[in-house]
Amino acid sequence: MQFSGRRRKILSNPQTELYGHCLQFYVQPPLENITLTEFETFAVERLKLLKTVENLGVSYVKTSEQYSKKLESEFSNLNFPYRAAADDKKVQNGPTEYEKRRKDHISHFILRLAYCQTEDLRRWFIQQEVDLFRYRFNDLLPKHKLEFLHRNNLQYDTISVEEKKALAEKLINSSYAVSGITVEDQDFYKVPFQDALDLVRTRKVYLKAGYVYIPHQDIVTIVLNDFRTRLSKALALTARSLPAVQSDERLQPLLNHLSHAYVGQDYSIQKSVGKISLEQIDSLSVKSYPLCMRQLHQALRENHHLRHGGRMQYGLFLKGIGLTLDQALQFWRSEFIRGKVDADKFDKAYAYSIRHMFGKEGKRTDYTPYSCMKVILSNPPSQGDHHGCPFRHSDPELLKQKLQSYKISPSGINQILELVKGMHYQLACQKYFELTHNIEDSAFSLNHPNQYFIESQKLLGGGREIKREMDAPQRAQENSATRGSTVARETSANPSQDLAEMTEDLDSFFQDA
Amino acid sequence: MPSSDYDPASLPDLLPLYYRRLFPFSQYYRWLNYGGVQKNYFQNREFSFTLKDDIYVRYQSFSTQNELEKEMQKMNPYKIDIGAVYSHRPNQHNTVKSGTFQALEKELVFDIDMTDYDDVRSCCSAADICSKCWTLMTIAIRILDRALRDDFGFRHLLWVYSGRRGVHCWVCDEAARKLSVAARSAVAEYLSLVKGGEETVRKVVLTDPIHPFIRESLTVVEHYFSQYALQEQNILSNKESIDKVLALVPEDILLKDLLQHFQTEKNPEKRWGRLKALAKNKQAAVKKGQYFEKEIMLQYCYPRLDVNVSKGVNHLLKSPFSVHPKTGRISVPIDLRELETFDPFDVPTISLICEELDRPRKGEEEEEEDETKEKENEKDVAERRKIRDYKRTSLAKYVKYLDQFLDGMARSWKGELLRKSDLQKDF
Ligand code: SF4
Ligand SMILES: [Zn+2]
Repeated sequence: MQFSGRRRKILSNPQTELYGHCLQFYVQPPLENITLTEFETFAVERLKLLKTVENLGVSYVKTSEQYSKKLESEFSNLNFPYRAAADDKKVQNGPTEYEKRRKDHISHFILRLAYCQTEDLRRWFIQQEVDLFRYRFNDLLPKHKLEFLHRNNLQYDTISVEEKKALAEKLINSSYAVSGITVEDQDFYKVPFQDALDLVRTRKVYLKAGYVYIPHQDIVTIVLNDFRTRLSKALALTARSLPAVQSDERLQPLLNHLSHAYVGQDYSIQKSVGKISLEQIDSLSVKSYPLCMRQLHQALRENHHLRHGGRMQYGLFLKGIGLTLDQALQFWRSEFIRGKVDADKFDKAYAYSIRHMFGKEGKRTDYTPYSCMKVILSNPPSQGDHHGCPFRHSDPELLKQKLQSYKISPSGINQILELVKGMHYQLACQKYFELTHNIEDSAFSLNHPNQYFIESQKLLGGGREIKREMDAPQRAQENSATRGSTVARETSANPSQDLAEMTEDLDSFFQDA
Repeated sequence: MPSSDYDPASLPDLLPLYYRRLFPFSQYYRWLNYGGVQKNYFQNREFSFTLKDDIYVRYQSFSTQNELEKEMQKMNPYKIDIGAVYSHRPNQHNTVKSGTFQALEKELVFDIDMTDYDDVRSCCSAADICSKCWTLMTIAIRILDRALRDDFGFRHLLWVYSGRRGVHCWVCDEAARKLSVAARSAVAEYLSLVKGGEETVRKVVLTDPIHPFIRESLTVVEHYFSQYALQEQNILSNKESIDKVLALVPEDILLKDLLQHFQTEKNPEKRWGRLKALAKNKQAAVKKGQYFEKEIMLQYCYPRLDVNVSKGVNHLLKSPFSVHPKTGRISVPIDLRELETFDPFDVPTISLICEELDRPRKGEEEEEEDETKEKENEKDVAERRKIRDYKRTSLAKYVKYLDQFLDGMARSWKGELLRKSDLQKDF
C-alpha cells in the first residue's frame, strides 16, 4: 500500500477483477492510495465488526439463527458487503456494492498491519477473521460458493463413485447431516485429517487411514483451513516488514492505537496489587467470586489440592485480583501442605509454576488471567478436575443443587438454567451476579472472571476495603471450620453449605463498623 | 514374582549398576536418532532427569550416544523424562535469543493413568492396581491402538508400561512427530469420549448417528464388559454400585422397572440383560437415539486420556526403561501380540534384574555368541559385555521387542533415505 498524498490513476482496472465476488480470499494487497482519514475509518469499522464477531461467538452458537441475524445487521450498519448482491445497484444514500467490497478489502489489510505485531494479537485477529469468513462463506448461495472456489483456484481431491458406494454406510454414520441421498448426490473430498481439524475434533467426519472424507456441504471446513493457514503465514510475513511501516510516524500511533483499542482489557495489570490480605479470601470467595472461582476455591480448601488446570485458572485469577507473588506462594503452600504435599515437595514441584504465572521464571511471560471465553472453550475439565465454567461444564442437576445451596431463589434458578440450556453461559453467570448482588440490571457485559470480581467489589464498596489482619483466635476458628467442611461430596447432601455458612460468619469480621 | 523384594531404599545402590550394565543405550539411541533422517534430531532432544531427593533437572541434551551414556552413569537419575526436539540444543537454551528457542517436534503421546478411573473401579483406588482393574488398560490399548492405526493411519506405536499404574503410547511415525499443537489436541479429542470432571455424573453422551469410531470402540468394550464389569467389578451386585449405574439411566419409569426386577433377579448378567432390553425398547419407541446402555458401558470401560499430555509438543513424558522409584519396576514396552497375558506384576524390578546379573552364567551363552559373532566384532568390548549382560536378565525380552519395533521403523526410514538420495541424483 502506498500512503502518499497524491492519488495515482491506475490504468488497467484490476479492481473489477479484484472485487468480482462479494467474498475475498485477500490474496492481493490493495495497490491504490488512500487518505489517512479513510485509512482510519476503515480500520475502526472493521474492528467494530470483528469485535461483534467475537462477542456473538461467545453468546451464541456460531451456526445459530440469532448469530446470523445479529451479524447480518452489523454488516449493514457498518456497510460491509453482505451476501452476493447480484448487480451493483446503487442503494439510496448508501455506498455501492463496489465501495463496500473495496472497504472490506482495504480494511482487512490495514488490520493485518496493526495485528501482526505480537503472538496474542495475531491469534485474536486470525480467530475473528476466520469466524467472519466462515459466516460469510456459509451464507453464500451454492453457485456462489462454487464460483468462489473457482476464482481462487481452490481444488480438492474427490473420491470415485465406487469408493463412495463402498463407504456409504460409514459416511452416513459419520455426520448427522449426511444421508443416503447426500452420499449419492454430493462430491466427497478426501483430504489429510490435518486439514479438517474442526471436523476431526468433533468427530463429525469419517476418518480412515489418516484421511477425512468430507461431503461437499462441509467444504467450508477445508476452505477455512486454507484461509487460516494463509492468513497466519501472511501475518508472519507482514510482521517482518513491519519496521518499515513503524518508522512512518503518521501510521505508527494509529496502528498502536488500533491494536490496543479492541482487544479488551486483559486484567493482568492490577492497580490493586497488595490490597487484599489472604485472610479475606474465604469471604471474598463467597461475596465476589464468580461461580467458577468459588468452585475452585472450595475444592482447594476441601482437598488441599488442585490439578494443573485448576491451579492455572485460579492462580491467574488470584494474581488478577491483586495477590502479590509472595502472597500467592504462601496461599498455595499453606493449603497444599495440609494435603499430601509436604513443604519441601511444594517448593520443588509447585512453587516454580506459581512464580512462572507471575512471570518470574522461565520465559518470563506475564500470564494473563483467563477470560470467560477461554475458560468456556478451552481445556474442558476431566476426571479429578474442578476448573472450567460451572455453567458450561456442570451437569444442570448439580448446578441446580449448588445454586440452591447458595440460597438462590427457585425462580432465579430457573432463569439461570434456561440460559444455560440456550448455551448462554455468560448471560447465566451475569444473571447469577444480579441475583446475588440484588440488582435488576448489571450495567456491564460479562466476559471475564476478574471483571466479575471488580464489578462485584464496586457494588459492595469493597474498593475501599483496606487490608487488615485477623487476630490469632479468629484464624484458628477459620481453620477448624474449614477442616470441618472437608466432607466427601457423596456423603453430604449439601457439601457447600458448611463452607458457605462458615465464610458468611467470617464476613462480619470485615464489615466496616 | 514378588515385588516386595524391591526396597526403595536400595535404589541408590542399584541405579549405578543398572545404568552401567543393563540400560539398553544402543536401542535407546537408535530409537531417538530415527535413522539420522533429520539432522540433529537426537542432539536437539530434551531429556530431563529427576535425581535423588526430587531434584529436577530440565533441558539436558547430548550430542552422542556416548555422551548420553556417560552422563546417565554419572547422574544416575531416579527418573528420566523425554521432551521435545527443539530448534537448538536444549542444554544451550539460555544462550539463544529468547523466543527463538522453540519446541518443534515430538512423538504424539498418550498417557492413561488408573487413578482417572477411580469412580468406576471398586477393587482399588488411587495408585493401587490389581489384575482386575488392569483389564481397563488392556481395553484402552485395544481401542486406541486400533483407532490410531485404522483411523489416523499411524503405524509405529510403542506402548509402554509406566512402571506403576498406567500405560503410555508413543506414536513414532514421522507424520505424528510433526503434528501441530492444534492437530494433537484434535486427535486427542477425537479419541476422548468420557468428558467432564467432578461436577458431571453422566460422562458419556451419545447422539445419533453413532460414529464408526464409537462403534468400533464399543465392539472392543463389549468383548470385555461382561467378564470385567459384571463379574469382576460387580457393578450390578451391591446397592452402592447399582445406584451408581442407575444414576446413568435417563428415565424414572425405567428406573422403577429395573429396581423391581433387581429385587428378584440377582444374577448380574441377567440384570444387565434387562437393562439392555429396556434400552432397546426405548430406542424403538423414540426416534432419537437412546443409547444409555452403551453410555454406561463406555463410562465404565472407555479409556480416559489425559488430554493435556497429548496436546503439548513440549510436554515431558516418562521415558521407556526408566525405573519407577516407588515400585522399582522398569518401564517396559508392551508387545501387543501378548497383550492379553501382560501382567504388570510380572514386569521385572530393578532389584530382580540386578540380582539376575549376579547369578552364575549358563552355557547357553556360547551359542548365542556364535550367532552374533560377526556383528559383535565391530563393537567394542564394553558394548559386547553389556549386550550379554541384559540378555542374562528378564529385561531381555523387552529389549528384544524394542529391537523389533525399531526394525519396523528402520524399514520406513530406508524408504525415506532412498527417496532423498534419489532426489539428489536428479539435480
Ligand atoms: S461465565 Fe465466566 S465468570 Fe462466570 S462462571 Fe463462567 S467462566 Fe466464570
Ligand atoms: Zn484393582
